[in-house]
Amino acid sequence: MSLLELTAVELGKKIKAGETTAIEAAKESLEQIKKYEDTIHAYVTVNQEGVLKQAKKVQRQIEDGTLTGPLAGVPMAVKDNMCTRDMLTTCSSRILYNFIPTYTAEAVVNLEKAGAVILGKTNMDEFAMGSTTETSAYGVTRNPWNTDHVPGGSSGGSCAAVAANECFYALGSDTGGSIRQPSSFCGVTGIKPTYGTVSRYGLIAYGSSLDQIGPVAKDVTDCAVILEAIASYDKKDSTSIPRNDCDFTSALTDDVRGMRIGIPRDYLGEGLDKEVKDAILQAAKVLEEKGATVEEFDLSLVEYAIPAYYVIASAEASSNLSRFDGVKYGLRAKEYEGLHNMYKKSRSEGFGPEVKRRIMLGSFVLSSGYYDAYYLKALRTKALIKKAFDKAFETYDVILGPAAPSTAPKLGESLSDPLKMYLGDIYTISVNLAGLPGMTVPCKKDSKGLPIGLQLIGDCFQEKKIIRAGYAFEQSRNYEGSKFIWQGRESR
Amino acid sequence: MSRQYETVIGLEVHVELATRTKIFCGCSTEFGGAPNTHTCPVCTGMPGSLPVLNKQVVEYALAVGLATNCRINQYCKFDRKNYFYPDNPQNYQISQLYLPICHDGWVEIETLAGRKKVGIHEIHMEEDAGKLIHDEWDDCTLVDYNRSGVPLIEIVSEPDMRSADEVIAYLEKLRLIIQYLGASDCKLQEGSMRADVNLSVREAGAGEFGTRTEMKNINSFKAIARAIEGERKRQIEVLEEGKKVIQETRRWDDNKESSRAMRSKEDAQDYRYFPDPDLTPVVISDQWIQEIRDRQPELRTEKMVRYQEEFQIPQYDAEILTDSKHMADIFEATVELCKKPKEVSNWLMVEAMRLLKEHGQDPEDIAFSPEHLARLIQMVDSGVINRTVAKTVFEEIFAHNVDPDAYVEEKGLKVVNDEGTLRKTIEEIVAANPQSVEDYHNGKEKAMGFLVGQTMRAMKGKADPAMVNKIVKEFLIKEK
Amino acid sequence: MANVISDETIEYVGILAKLELSKEEKEEAKKDMGRMLDYIDMLNELDTSGVEPMSHVFAMNNVFREDVVTNGDDRDNMLKNAPECKDGAYKVPKTVE
Repeated sequence: MSLLELTAVELGKKIKAGETTAIEAAKESLEQIKKYEDTIHAYVTVNQEGVLKQAKKVQRQIEDGTLTGPLAGVPMAVKDNMCTRDMLTTCSSRILYNFIPTYTAEAVVNLEKAGAVILGKTNMDEFAMGSTTETSAYGVTRNPWNTDHVPGGSSGGSCAAVAANECFYALGSDTGGSIRQPSSFCGVTGIKPTYGTVSRYGLIAYGSSLDQIGPVAKDVTDCAVILEAIASYDKKDSTSIPRNDCDFTSALTDDVRGMRIGIPRDYLGEGLDKEVKDAILQAAKVLEEKGATVEEFDLSLVEYAIPAYYVIASAEASSNLSRFDGVKYGLRAKEYEGLHNMYKKSRSEGFGPEVKRRIMLGSFVLSSGYYDAYYLKALRTKALIKKAFDKAFETYDVILGPAAPSTAPKLGESLSDPLKMYLGDIYTISVNLAGLPGMTVPCKKDSKGLPIGLQLIGDCFQEKKIIRAGYAFEQSRNYEGSKFIWQGRESR
Repeated sequence: MSRQYETVIGLEVHVELATRTKIFCGCSTEFGGAPNTHTCPVCTGMPGSLPVLNKQVVEYALAVGLATNCRINQYCKFDRKNYFYPDNPQNYQISQLYLPICHDGWVEIETLAGRKKVGIHEIHMEEDAGKLIHDEWDDCTLVDYNRSGVPLIEIVSEPDMRSADEVIAYLEKLRLIIQYLGASDCKLQEGSMRADVNLSVREAGAGEFGTRTEMKNINSFKAIARAIEGERKRQIEVLEEGKKVIQETRRWDDNKESSRAMRSKEDAQDYRYFPDPDLTPVVISDQWIQEIRDRQPELRTEKMVRYQEEFQIPQYDAEILTDSKHMADIFEATVELCKKPKEVSNWLMVEAMRLLKEHGQDPEDIAFSPEHLARLIQMVDSGVINRTVAKTVFEEIFAHNVDPDAYVEEKGLKVVNDEGTLRKTIEEIVAANPQSVEDYHNGKEKAMGFLVGQTMRAMKGKADPAMVNKIVKEFLIKEK
Repeated sequence: MANVISDETIEYVGILAKLELSKEEKEEAKKDMGRMLDYIDMLNELDTSGVEPMSHVFAMNNVFREDVVTNGDDRDNMLKNAPECKDGAYKVPKTVE
């Protein structure tokens, strides 16, 4: 069996036991990248020179006992919206085509301390705006399970890289579903933690009040271990929350007896693909059989989450992205007449259509005369959505549903109709508005062989509950169509 | 001009706070420094950087708010003000619009027209912008972010002022309060205090305000007075021509003594304010407010009264001494050392003020140490040097902060108390000036003064004048 | 479409956002924004009277740093990213006439 098929934790154990080395693992990963990148294109940047150097250093530290953690020596990838010192960080945008940060994102620093070896930076929708990874300025990423299909987005590169064994795990970021939806499309596991759990310092902001960094990995155990490593209270991030319950691996118990699971009826109605619905209900059944109580309930307000989200996220984005102006870093247009024309030309050449669309919308909803009607209205809606979840969590430990209405669409199908693409985020978006933790666990493949993900949502700070439910489900996921070992393109 | 007009003025005063670090990052606020050497990812708007609020900024803002009788918003927030300009690295300024930290205060001012209260609409916290340097050589602009992120408070007055005098009195009042609190050094020239003037005119007796303009970029009290006069005249002329004043921002050019509109198509003036999602609200407890109150240092008015009572200093002198916190600090420190308040006051009021005027300096620029002045006073008091010599020594202390003991020693300025030497000198002078002796005996008292002066000159000023007087008189009587 | 976005609005938002759109892009933007706003107007179905706008999900407050200098001089590193610089400063087209 190739090292590549191991999970991150399994590999970490082998390295620790001296059965293999960080260097071996890094070499195999680079080989795999070389073999599949032409087809998959999960990476914007592969850290060719740096990887082996880093792997050697980490290996030494493992041998001399400096590094003892479960992730020491394990090669991984970072979504390209997280700053990495001395390594190109583009946000998959032309406007940052040459940006080399002078500092590293706190989440990545935490992983480096845990002995991570960074293979490179993964492709994404430009500035994390999109659901397909097709808005990247550096080409589309393809779904490893069927390369005619998208990997989802915006963390499509991270999810595809994990699915295609081009890394052992990756970091993604999730503003409206950007970890959970591509995890669902790529058959990998991903967690969006409670807002404030992982520092946003060094994460290039899209919607600051919604963005969270989280793990993308091969199974629930890996995700719990990675989350434990990246979660930290960071004084550099004012919205970081001090927590003393980040021992997420303690929740890796195969026991859901007495757990109360609710399925929002609103999630199962019109728009949901039948195969996805059946797969979700089948997964729920598994948990019920293991001793959880499962029932359907009315969450309410689900359809209002999308308009509220697009107002809030676009407004914040319009402001967050104003710093890209051709003055301090990134692209400056070649020809311009005067300062304001330089701004306009640089930004118009540097940003793609989807980013421009959201900046325009965000600027409009904040502009004089519209602030109350749009922005404050959206923030009030957000308050109501939070309240609806609060009420649900009085009754349920975990909310269960799909991560996306369908499996991965074909390349080129989504971008022509932005609004329709936005509607695809219906099951993930409200989780960000309410700051909740959410996780995708692969549960089945559809008749076309494309993965379907199960979404588990917890109350704030209740990651352990969804980890427990996810882990228990994973232990009993052995029915037809529920194996997620990717065998390369040949097996398609 | 047939009609009578009234000028209505409101001020937006920006004050750089005296914190060691910037408002949202750990960069130094120190003035000067090569361009961009006091910068980091936060204050240059690097992608992924995040702001964290400096607690001292809140404390200074609170202190100023309390000292200006403001009400405190015990739940306040930061908002982003969005506009593109290269001195603003994020292209938004973190400021406070919806819930500023202080509001509805007032200060009392006094002018020749009498006393009045000027209302303070609000005080909010915000970050300063970087500096733009215009490079003539390359015909471009260079951006230095050293000042970017330096904490500011903006004090927005009500439109309560009616003349340049009132505006100056209001600014002086704010300056004194803020300096006494230690919240800023308030130097207009260095830009640590800046004022934007909102001005409108209306026919006397009219109930409604006229259309106002805002003038930016005024950096001295004199320039403010000129700008007010210039803009008042301009607006009246516009109205007299039957035209309307346009609400706009104007830039005052003090050299040309005129202002011009700063409008451009690219300045939409639509700042799209919204709460900054990267910062959390500031909640100010009653206890915190009380702590700030308890810590409030003695302010100017209290100090002035105390000087009169404790040191028996005339009101006028107390006013001058307290007109600058720095001067008052030097006064008190010196008194503490030498216990001679009247002497100290005299030196500061007469000699120090004279020298400041000669050098075109402000009391803030006084750089000598209280120890040296105290020692000088003691030296005069104990007769080590006389007053004439002391004045020269003081000039040295003022200019170079010299140690008076060392200086007097080095220059040999001690009073000569050797009576023999003195008598011998006087004897020679009396002998050499028979005409003066005769004049004296003929009733010309002045002649004695001439002899004393000659003696002091011969002694190079180091003799004790009282002793010289006494001996000269003895000789004159003897000669008779 | 209930929300009709005028040429002036697109022009104005372009100035705010510092984006220069081609003629086709403008037409596209008018259509997109109109559709999005129609969709967003769905929020008006909700009665939100008496509901406080929620900026932060958690009631975090008073996150402060102490007034201590922690940063050194990393200018030369940071300037490496600047499209144009001169004498240690970022160079931009002149800001005054």
